[in-house]
Amino acid sequence: MKEFHRPEALYSTFPRKGGADPEATHYCPGCGHGIIHKLLGEVIDELGVGERTVLISPVGCSVFAYYYFNAGNIQAAHGRAPAVATGVKRARPDSIVISYQGDGDLAAIGGNNILQAANRGENMTVVFVNNAIYGMTGGQLAPTSPLGMKTTTTPEGREFEEYGSPMRVAELLAPLDGVSLSSRHALINAGEIIKTKKALKKAIKYQMEGKGFSLVEILSQCPTGWKVDPVESLHWVEEHMLKVFPLGTYKDEPRQRPTPPHPADYEPALIDRVIHAGTSANGRGKAHEPVRPVTLPLGIRAAGFGGQGILLLGEMLAKAGLAEGLSVTWLPSYGPEMRGGTANCSVVISDTPVGNPIVDQPNLLLALNRPSLERFEPMMQPGGVVIYDSSLIDVGPTRSDLTAIAIPATKIADELGTAKVANVVMLGACMELLAFPSQSERDPLLQSISRDEKMLEANRLALKGGMEAARAAAAPAR
Amino acid sequence: MSNSHHRRFNVEFHEDLCKGCGLCVHMCPHHVLVQSERLNRRGFHPAEYVGEGCTGCGICFHTCPEPSGIDVEPHSPTSA
Repeated sequence: MKEFHRPEALYSTFPRKGGADPEATHYCPGCGHGIIHKLLGEVIDELGVGERTVLISPVGCSVFAYYYFNAGNIQAAHGRAPAVATGVKRARPDSIVISYQGDGDLAAIGGNNILQAANRGENMTVVFVNNAIYGMTGGQLAPTSPLGMKTTTTPEGREFEEYGSPMRVAELLAPLDGVSLSSRHALINAGEIIKTKKALKKAIKYQMEGKGFSLVEILSQCPTGWKVDPVESLHWVEEHMLKVFPLGTYKDEPRQRPTPPHPADYEPALIDRVIHAGTSANGRGKAHEPVRPVTLPLGIRAAGFGGQGILLLGEMLAKAGLAEGLSVTWLPSYGPEMRGGTANCSVVISDTPVGNPIVDQPNLLLALNRPSLERFEPMMQPGGVVIYDSSLIDVGPTRSDLTAIAIPATKIADELGTAKVANVVMLGACMELLAFPSQSERDPLLQSISRDEKMLEANRLALKGGMEAARAAAAPAR
Repeated sequence: MSNSHHRRFNVEFHEDLCKGCGLCVHMCPHHVLVQSERLNRRGFHPAEYVGEGCTGCGICFHTCPEPSGIDVEPHSPTSA
């Protein structure tokens, strides 16, 4: 005796959806998505893969699939679900990856994505919900709209001469060598609904067995977009869609797929560090040691007036990191607001590859004028370090969670005969605090600025002056 | 079939989730579901079970687009 209850793979309430009815879906009355969600949920339950399923949501009405499925979920950019699914499956071969896409998403903007994923024979399952229209945006023509169909963008009906014929995706993909299963189903009656469920189950089983790419196309009713009531929408499918999109299996040739030649070799924590190298303090190393008060990865912002050598300072810091055998990026900011005003750059120094060169939340700020300090102080990570030119900035940072190090850089430089080397004084202060690069690496760094003997000597003295000043500034904290 | 056979299963509607689409009523092979004259909290005419004739086929469950809209289970004297 069988009972029928909500599958475990679907949540009982939808707190992420919120609103007045967190137990009801956002779908319109009679929408096929709800039916397909339920079928997919049952299949996930029956195959016992809920714990390792990752659903890739598209753009379209089912963009919110993550409200409903008790599974992993990534919401992809429009049409890019197969690419995201590829990444997930290759990185996590044990996961069950389901790309859930509508016809606007899959057949229009994502046309190339689905072709390439199918052609590569990615071991994934694509659920293609074809309702012949753009539902979410108000009923525009889709690649799958039948000839003659009136939509908001074809008020006189789709004409071949202007828009071509409806695209038959199941037939289109079937001949590709990478495709194991390609079939089309509908929700028009109980028998077809059960066939749809069986196809979904077969597709996911193929994936579990490493048998490659499956596409299950489902003709799904959109009563709102078609401007008919839900029961009429079933007749609409029969009348307008079945002729154009015959139901059936276009290919069923499961083949064992070889493992991709370059199996993913990574730890999720590494990805996190790479992406957030410039924005988070999750690096290793001891925080707030006097000589190295900031931890790797370092997200540095150097800022000051144009002409103070800010970009060069950032570049030298990056080179110092390179000399230490670390990964670095240097990104100058050329925003229009910089004209005649302030200059700044982002530097990331990390012991892992750097994925994001933009430093939104610095943990080290080098401020060479007051506007720079005022602009970047609020962005600092808690516990960050601010090195500021105290000869130009009379009031240091106000946040109590930051370590402030006052270096009279311009004054030191001026005493050496040229205020131009204030940036090298700051560089010296940084090197002292970071404890790199080693002594032998410092001179080659300065020589890369200038080989002119007089200039090189000034830079050597400036570097030394900055290091001494930093040591003096850090001393009281001990 | 005896009357007792017809009462072996029960269709339980979660009325406030029903959007009144009528697909379950349309697809029920035994014609034992109807759309109520009443309005639910959300302003729809919810589907309801006439009280007997359900064979537990589950078609209404599968046609209902709401995940928790319908339960089909063996009839027990305590269920409605």
